Amino acid sequence: MKTENQRAWFFVLPVLALVAFNALIPIMTVVNYSVQETFGNNVFFWQGLDWFEQILRSERFHAALGRQFLFTFLILIIEVPLGIIVALSMPRQGMWVPVCLVTMALPMLIPWNVVGSMWNIFTLPNIGLLGYFLNDVVGLNYDMTQQPISAWVTIVVMDVWHWTSLVVLLSYAGLVSIPDAYYQAAKIDGASPWKVFRYIQLPKMKTVLTIAVLLRFMDSFNIYTEPFVLTGGGPGNSTTLLSIDLVKIALGQFDLGPAAAMSLIYFAITLLVSWLFYTLMTKDDAQ
Amino acid sequence: MTVELQEASKVVRGITHIKPTSLVLETGHFNVLLGQTGAGKTSLIKLMAGLDPLASGKIFMDGQDVSRLSTQKRNISLVHQFFVNYPQMTVFDNIASPLRVAGMAKSELEARVQEAADILQLGPMLNRRPQELSGGQQQRCALARAIAKESRAVFLDEPLANLDYKLREELREQLPELFAGRGAVVVYATSEPEEALLLGGHTALMDGGVVTQFGPTAEIYRHPTTLTAARVFSDPPINAAQITKTGTQARLATGVTWQMSGAAANLSDGTYTVAIRPHHVLPVQNAPQDVALNGIVQVTELSGSESSAHFQMGQDGWVSLTHGVHPYQVGEDHRFYMDTSKAFYFAPDGSLVA
Repeated sequence: MKTENQRAWFFVLPVLALVAFNALIPIMTVVNYSVQETFGNNVFFWQGLDWFEQILRSERFHAALGRQFLFTFLILIIEVPLGIIVALSMPRQGMWVPVCLVTMALPMLIPWNVVGSMWNIFTLPNIGLLGYFLNDVVGLNYDMTQQPISAWVTIVVMDVWHWTSLVVLLSYAGLVSIPDAYYQAAKIDGASPWKVFRYIQLPKMKTVLTIAVLLRFMDSFNIYTEPFVLTGGGPGNSTTLLSIDLVKIALGQFDLGPAAAMSLIYFAITLLVSWLFYTLMTKDDAQ
Repeated sequence: MTVELQEASKVVRGITHIKPTSLVLETGHFNVLLGQTGAGKTSLIKLMAGLDPLASGKIFMDGQDVSRLSTQKRNISLVHQFFVNYPQMTVFDNIASPLRVAGMAKSELEARVQEAADILQLGPMLNRRPQELSGGQQQRCALARAIAKESRAVFLDEPLANLDYKLREELREQLPELFAGRGAVVVYATSEPEEALLLGGHTALMDGGVVTQFGPTAEIYRHPTTLTAARVFSDPPINAAQITKTGTQARLATGVTWQMSGAAANLSDGTYTVAIRPHHVLPVQNAPQDVALNGIVQVTELSGSESSAHFQMGQDGWVSLTHGVHPYQVGEDHRFYMDTSKAFYFAPDGSLVA
């Protein structure tokens, strides 16, 4: 005789509690702020969707969102191919493998605000090693504290330096898992290096590349610390990415309602684009 | 068509994988490389395929020296134990890939692919991707690629090892037909003596990176020239024990004796190794001169219509293999009968003496 009761629900409770504390409650707090106005003292006024409307119509938000997409686009278009190329040129066996792997992992081990500070000092015109070199040795007019273009080049290069390793390591893991037999088959067929890449290495790396692209998208789209430390969003607003703008609104201006609404929109965009990436990159496997 | 090795050897970072080996492999029958894991079968294949460089010696195909020719120019095919197909290409494109690289005209290419696909019953699957196929079909796709290419030599490196039993039997039956009349030298590596016997043709026994014996399969089975060869070509493993010969009498360490006959009787006195296949050690007496062996049954196995018993006699483990289902009790003291007329005698250095 099979016993039927509702006891199974008790076993779900721990995970429910965990998800509640870790995701549900924080998000609901933000939702709470996003539809109300507060002046402190725990006094709230109902605002409905006003803040959302305000944010979505705001030029400032559009500009920050545009900068954010541009930044993420540059990051992906540079780091993914570069990561694959570096992974392809790394040795597969021998004593240089651990040397390469550790060298690759190093940038990722450095705390984010240290990366920002490092690059700040490194690129300061006249006193930073790179800044001095570019201005006084090469003769370029480079000043990331004054020129938007210089600032952009610097934050992009900094991110490439910091995070290409992630793509490299994931691609490398995908590459070394390809059995030798595939390369032998290609050799027997007389396939060119490009065809080996296109028909063996790329398909076999696809799963890890999907993960790499998703991680790099989410991370670069939500980036805060490094550009904040490096440029503080400037010069002007030229490197004020979404999260920097968000913090300015929330903590600088203490506009908790609009900041909360912006957070939710920000979150929705991240989620939507991640989903798009994932769906597009895995659509072949679904057949 | 022939593939000929002349003192060919392979050394990787100071370690000899293949000792200088000479061998002539011909078309018209299967050439089986039989040896245990690590015997050098795959190394030898890679050497012939040109995937690894020769350390010394030469390789000829059809009399042409190909020792320095790249893999692609040797015009060979290789089918692996794993199912190696291009994951993003359809079955059609997979089979066609070597032909496309060779720049074959479209109509001929299509005809060749279709023919190979039909032979391997892949006709309805030409538009699918390899990962949508079963393991057996994936391996058939790899075989079809080898057939469509019409290469000079086809190397099959344990192609059935990763298939399940039924598929393996089915494909093994088809294999000789597939390559019959195609002119290619077919080399088939396996670690299973049974496969070598089933595929017939010639067999090269391999052990420790060297071909120990080569010739028609049945002949090698009947006349292994070394104890190692006898061991490699026997499943379950051949029984081997030391004997002391005095006059015409052979004596095992346990005291069992028998009269040696034929050429063995004329050997000089001394110690030898007697080797006898498990199916000549039976649980029943067939002839009065059969030698009785008393042992304790350790393990019994039933496989299909055969029963095997591993029994311990003195220091040595012995195996008996008999038709039908024989009711052994593990731990029982059982008497087995050895047909000594089927025994091989090896000198202490491992060479066959009688």
